[in-house]
Amino acid sequence: MCRLFALTSSDPVSPMDAIRALDVMREGHDGSGVGLYLSDLGGPFESMKSSPILSGIFTEAGVQRLDAFMSGKGFTLKYDLAITPKGAMPTWTPKRERYIVRAYDIPGAWSGLSDEEKGLGYLKIRLELKHMGLAEEDITVFSFWPDTVMIKEIGDPLQVGEYLGLDRPEIKSRLILAQGRQNTNYAINLYACHPFFIEGLSTMTNGENTAFVPIRDYLMGQGVPGYEGYNSDSEVFTHILHFTIKKLGLPFEAYKHIITPLKDHEMKDHPDREYLSKLKQICRRLIIDGPNCVIGCLPDKSMFMVQDSKKLRPGVVGGRPGLYAFSSEICGLDLAIPDRDKAQDFQPMHLDSAIVGPDRQEIKVCRQTQPLALPN
Amino acid sequence: MSANTAISPSQLSIKDLPWQIEWNKDRCTLCGQCCAVCPMQSLELGTFRKRTIKVPSGFKNKPENEHSIYYGIRQRTAPHQACVGCGTCSMVCPNDAILPMHSDEKDKLRYHVNLGGQPRTRGGRRNDNNSLLDQIKFIRISMLTDPALDSGRHEFDLRTLIGRIQSPMEGLATIKEHGWAPPVREIYPLMIGSMSFGALSPNMWEGLQMGVAYLNEELGMPVRMCTGEGGCPPRLLRSRFLKYVILQIASGYFGWDEIIHAIPQMKEDPCAIEIKYGQGAKPGDGGLLMWHKVNKLIAAIRGVPPGVSLPSPPTHQTQYSIEESVAKMIQSMSMAWGFRVPVYPKISATTTTNAVLNNLCRNPYAAGLAVDGEDGGTGAAYNVSMNHMGSPIASNIRDAYLTLCKIGMQNEVPLIAGGGIGKNGNLAANAASLIMLGASAVQIGKYAMQAAAGCVGSESDRCNVCNIGVCPKGITSQDPRIYRRLDPEKVAERLVELYVSFDMEMKKIFAPLGRSTSLPIGMSDALGIADKNAADRLAIKYVV
Repeated sequence: MCRLFALTSSDPVSPMDAIRALDVMREGHDGSGVGLYLSDLGGPFESMKSSPILSGIFTEAGVQRLDAFMSGKGFTLKYDLAITPKGAMPTWTPKRERYIVRAYDIPGAWSGLSDEEKGLGYLKIRLELKHMGLAEEDITVFSFWPDTVMIKEIGDPLQVGEYLGLDRPEIKSRLILAQGRQNTNYAINLYACHPFFIEGLSTMTNGENTAFVPIRDYLMGQGVPGYEGYNSDSEVFTHILHFTIKKLGLPFEAYKHIITPLKDHEMKDHPDREYLSKLKQICRRLIIDGPNCVIGCLPDKSMFMVQDSKKLRPGVVGGRPGLYAFSSEICGLDLAIPDRDKAQDFQPMHLDSAIVGPDRQEIKVCRQTQPLALPN
Repeated sequence: MSANTAISPSQLSIKDLPWQIEWNKDRCTLCGQCCAVCPMQSLELGTFRKRTIKVPSGFKNKPENEHSIYYGIRQRTAPHQACVGCGTCSMVCPNDAILPMHSDEKDKLRYHVNLGGQPRTRGGRRNDNNSLLDQIKFIRISMLTDPALDSGRHEFDLRTLIGRIQSPMEGLATIKEHGWAPPVREIYPLMIGSMSFGALSPNMWEGLQMGVAYLNEELGMPVRMCTGEGGCPPRLLRSRFLKYVILQIASGYFGWDEIIHAIPQMKEDPCAIEIKYGQGAKPGDGGLLMWHKVNKLIAAIRGVPPGVSLPSPPTHQTQYSIEESVAKMIQSMSMAWGFRVPVYPKISATTTTNAVLNNLCRNPYAAGLAVDGEDGGTGAAYNVSMNHMGSPIASNIRDAYLTLCKIGMQNEVPLIAGGGIGKNGNLAANAASLIMLGASAVQIGKYAMQAAAGCVGSESDRCNVCNIGVCPKGITSQDPRIYRRLDPEKVAERLVELYVSFDMEMKKIFAPLGRSTSLPIGMSDALGIADKNAADRLAIKYVV
């Protein structure tokens, strides 16, 4: 089982805060890897919110190919956050040549493009780089998106965090997703490491999606750029969220209705019964199964947690105005925010979506039995 | 037969037949019930002359002949009266004095079943006991990384959708515009496939209908049954139970005059309309109801004169091309019920299944595709069609599903698989395999006859005389003297037992796989087989 910890804070915080919280949940993961998603960035990136940031791991040859590729596309390097490993290499962590976190200026020709067009452009560049790297094994790219940094590595999360020197003022953000990996199902492959990212959306999961293969087959048939890879069964959670919001144009609250729709008897007296029944029918191929706790971030900088339809995994949300944490276990929450009102801690159940908005003032709970606000 | 009698080529000995009747003189009471009940009239009461030579000891008296007569059972050997091994004789025998035994070598009857130049026709299935579906195992067991579910306590959703499922984008646009959406039914994934009123006896049909009604109304299991091509009894057409019925139209259009005229009086829409273009047991051949079974009732329902054979043409006479006439037929049938009823075609499994499917995908009114594999059963067909024509269902349904995935329309045109499901008794395992290979639902016919009514037919060519109306169990007979043996209430009871136990077995399969929230259509990662070629062909795991 993996362990998850996420922070949403009004003030930028270090990813090490999240990693330390993962460490106290150590009994629940085997330390085989760590994945970080940072957004709403502080530090030097604060002033370059619209510049796409590339995150990944490269060989020296890969960096050369990257430079040639990016300049060929008209992107110019704006800021290069050097991550220089220090100290003893953690057990299991392979020797890497370059960890890349770089902000770019977009080509002049892109300045007239809409955000949507730019987003698709960033996505395609990330995919091109990924495909280049798959062939030569010199490029691994996690994200290429404004205001977004992703770091993934094999090894114990705390040791890796210290080794990569993540406790630096330049690496701070208001949103952090952190996953302590339990390498159970798949070979150690960084593309199988949570969190997963696509076009400003990111999720990570503690669980096992037993409906993975049919959902994967469906998503791959939709012809949407980025619906590929699937080294982990949890990647489909990110893509279903993307499909819900970006392709179907539905609000986040519909996500839970798609992955775990209400049963007929639960839907019987629902004010939106007709709509939800139809939604269940047309999105039936996206119904998930198995034990799953999903934590993620939305483009508007909200953070959320949802559970599978039987609520088979742990998960808790707590904090105080200005700082909230989403955690697999209460001990992680206790370490990160000891001075919160614990009576306000919330453990989402099988019908709930727990959301902390960008204002970070409260935990909003959206229950599937409530009316669903839909755009006209 | 005396030793110097001329022998005709088709004169067979008992040894030449597939079944030999073993009769025990000591136990026989000569009640004659076996002879009366034998559907093939293979048995007759015989008078036997017996000579006993009595040889006294010593030389004083000469040996004497003692002539006696006794009565017993004689097995007839004429090809049309050859024993079919149904065993009804032993079922009625009060003293267990009689039993058909299968020959220890290949029979010679097979060379003489074409007397008069008429090839053999029969009922049943392809005479082959092997089943690829039986070889498939469920190998993805939830162990520690995720908890296995509790088949007895957790809630499982085993229902499926039949009808054209809109894509999420289309569906949302339809809601927004308050537009027309194709009708979709949520049903139980084990359907009773098309067996016509005519192929089945009235008692069998009634029993199945009663069982289906009970499953729906008392147990909340939305089981559906297809009529086959033989129309539908007028009272059922006008009853609320019609919603549990899938009406089939096939190339003979039998019974459709009655159905069309009943539309204004229908209280409920039927579940769906199945347009039969082919069936697995006799691919490329039409339906066949032989004259033996066309009595007054059947003739009235089908709108034909009694006592004539009813061979449906191999194809619909209006069919010119799939693009034009099939689309038109789907649209016409949809229109007849105001576009409120799903309409889908049924075809025999064939190498051209994908071509049909591709076309249906482009037809927004096509509500699914039923594919019937080579092991499908029938009430009557030519033996050569049954044994040698058609494609297996597993690879056919898999190819079709993967095609849907490729074009992003997975489950939008639901695939209904049929043909040999449960042929060796493994109904739930076979059904689950096909669902995980990509079928949205499965159809059974023969299994329902075997489990709900005690059909004794087998793939070792036992019985299989459904075609001539002499079914010893009264399942496929139209002779009231025979079908009154079958109690419709008991058929209904057994059908309910079949479904309830199937449901439990499905949960026993799905729970360890960690699946409960939706039917695991296309969950091919759960499947394995110890045959490398089959694994590669089906894109499932090879396990040894």
